[in-house]
Amino acid sequence: MSESISLTINGQPVTVPAGTTLLKAAEQAGISIPTICYHDYCTANGLCRLCVVEVEGSRTLVASCVAKAAPNMQVQTHSERVLRARRTVLEMLEASVDLSEAPEIQAFSQELNADPQRFPDAEKRQPPVVDDNPMYVRDYAKCVLCWRCVQVCAEDAQYTFAINFTGRGFETQIGTFFEKPLPDTSCVFCGQCVGVCPTNALKPKRQWLMEQGYSTDEIMDMTRTERRRRKRAPLSAE
Amino acid sequence: MNEIDLTLLEPVLQTYGPQGRTALLPALHAAQDLYGYLPEPVAEAVARALHVPLADVHGVIEFYAMFYPQKVAQTVLHVCNDPACGMAGADALFKNLTSRVELNLDAPSGTSVTVERAPCLGLCEHAPALMVQGAQVAQADRRSYEDLVRGRLPRPRTLVGGDIAILTANCGKNRPTTLEEYTQSGGYSGLRRALQSSPAEIIAEVKASGLVGRGGAAFPTGLKWEGAANASGDPKYVVCNADEAEPGTFKDRVLMENDPHRILEGLLICAYAVGASYGYWYIRGEYTAQMEIVTHAVEEARQAGILGGSVLGSPFHFDMEIRRGAGAYICGEETALFESIEGKRGFPRIKPPFPTTHGLFGRPTVINNVETLANLPYILAHGAAQYRQMGTEKSPGPKLFCLSGDVVRPGLYEVPFGVTFDHLLNDLAGGVRGGELKAALFGGAAGAFATPQHLGVRLTFEDLRAAGLPLGSGVITVFNQHRDLRDVLLRLGHFFADESCGKCYPCQLGTQRQYEILQRVAAGSPLPEDVARLQDVGWTMTDASLCGLGQTAASAVLSAMRHWPELFVPAAQSAPQAQV
Repeated sequence: MSESISLTINGQPVTVPAGTTLLKAAEQAGISIPTICYHDYCTANGLCRLCVVEVEGSRTLVASCVAKAAPNMQVQTHSERVLRARRTVLEMLEASVDLSEAPEIQAFSQELNADPQRFPDAEKRQPPVVDDNPMYVRDYAKCVLCWRCVQVCAEDAQYTFAINFTGRGFETQIGTFFEKPLPDTSCVFCGQCVGVCPTNALKPKRQWLMEQGYSTDEIMDMTRTERRRRKRAPLSAE
Repeated sequence: MNEIDLTLLEPVLQTYGPQGRTALLPALHAAQDLYGYLPEPVAEAVARALHVPLADVHGVIEFYAMFYPQKVAQTVLHVCNDPACGMAGADALFKNLTSRVELNLDAPSGTSVTVERAPCLGLCEHAPALMVQGAQVAQADRRSYEDLVRGRLPRPRTLVGGDIAILTANCGKNRPTTLEEYTQSGGYSGLRRALQSSPAEIIAEVKASGLVGRGGAAFPTGLKWEGAANASGDPKYVVCNADEAEPGTFKDRVLMENDPHRILEGLLICAYAVGASYGYWYIRGEYTAQMEIVTHAVEEARQAGILGGSVLGSPFHFDMEIRRGAGAYICGEETALFESIEGKRGFPRIKPPFPTTHGLFGRPTVINNVETLANLPYILAHGAAQYRQMGTEKSPGPKLFCLSGDVVRPGLYEVPFGVTFDHLLNDLAGGVRGGELKAALFGGAAGAFATPQHLGVRLTFEDLRAAGLPLGSGVITVFNQHRDLRDVLLRLGHFFADESCGKCYPCQLGTQRQYEILQRVAAGSPLPEDVARLQDVGWTMTDASLCGLGQTAASAVLSAMRHWPELFVPAAQSAPQAQV
């Protein structure tokens, strides 16, 4: 059917169908490459750069989640150069974001000997928790800007376009139109964004309240009132 | 708060609504011109008219520094914060203006004023520079506060010099060259000759000329054109990249304000050669005067039949529009610029695929820098062989250099490739001002430092590469021995942290971490491991970032660490430092 491509990963010959990414080719060879932003069902953006690998002849490292295998490519997935980049990215991330509920990323850090305290006096992103609807809370202090929530809200899944970005650079955040509460946006509370969030920055409200020690009955009570208010609101607004 | 009168917006929505998302930046600019900022109901109306999701419109407003989601003062003074302006006293200027504004708060005049710091305004030879409501002001420290706020000031006059005048033949008279003048001086003869040849012949001529891109990446122009010409996909586009924002660079500004037709002719030659029927000229948002000049020139060309259904009477048809940026250095990156034209946040795309096959709107596109395009009329009119008489075998042709900082005659200099740095600095620009040469930043913020030992280096791609210096876009910012380079690095660090788009982690996080460490370095109190931190952050950005911005965001810092390691250790441990 499709043509196959032979390349070498860490000295090991690998043959994959044309169009296969280096990430998947490595996986096939039993080599695991760490990723943060990558998700099998989202458009790969190559933005966390944790999956970078060394490709012979390439000036810079390349993101294996988007780079396609090519004939006779020589790839190194764990060279010193690669590890330095991965380790530094993780150390900078640890200094910026609350990763306490991101065990997968913490495991990468340990594996790479990344020092979470590497950057003293670094500014952390610590916006307050947004609790504006009965379904889920948004704790962007835990947000690693993987873009998955924005993508599933848009063309990757739901086509609701309720959220996008605010600011830029280090100050980038996920936000709604003029920071409106989610019930006032096009959000349909499908929950896909919560499902793809890798760090618990987006969390079901019930889980969030339980973690704060509320009993299930109390939670039922609290959110019922909220749900009723929400049901009535559109009628009075029309 | 006043009610927002949305009826004012109707003509804007009628003009831009049918064009859809690609018209988002033009529509937001037009709306902001009406209201002074972009209040929520206005943004919503624009979103609905253009059929763009509300959250996306907000995302775009938030991305570009020149769009204001909140009310701002009636008059905004943007004080340039780049190294050249910093050395000329931009900080004092900022403080003076700020205190004047505070004093005038209760003034009955009713005009509200705010003072903001701005990234490099591209007026480096006029330092300290500022911008008042889009009007460019030279040597702003010599103007009265009243004149500045009123905004009635003479246009900055740029010194244009050098050994040759090929690209700058019509520059230096401080007014744009009209179509008539341009034509009389031989203008559009290159295009005429091109239209009598086949596209393949033109591409062969451009390849033979050895012209490479002048925006910084130095990619062979002919090869780029060939890629797009051979790519399948219709329509094809050509784009003039005039998003000049590299600190220290102002060459494209000078070319546009003096000789817009030369660039337009280059764009038309390119379009004919690659088979493009439509083009864009993307000018950075801060260049308002240049935008007007280019708009006028394009209109002149359209009236004269140089643009439109039959270019100069030939069967070739081509038209174009001018786009205005909105304050984002990253949009000089070619794929980010496409995103911006498409009405999106200026996030660079993953490459490959490359623009020649998947560019603007996913179509084959050639994007060239202003100076690159300005070379083409000469190449086509006089032939590649004559063009190659200038410069060296490996770096043929003329090159523009932007000299600013501690130099006696800051300005734009045109020389053939191959003259030495010494010749450019001492013979042409009058030498170093205020002392001896300590360093020169080659290539802008994304560049690297040269030292006095580099004075003999010939300015060519090959010689500079061997010396470990970038040519970049032709920026040379000069520092005398009294300057504290730590302050320069701090400004560069701030610039990159401010201008990072935030997409990829190495740059989004690295520019911030780098800036934090440079703050400690500038204060003379770095932490013990800061050198190692800067190295790791710098190399990670260089090696692992998604686009050229991140890949060069540490370049100047890493080169300073090589030349002057003593700057990066605590003050007590290093030799006493001359303070400004």
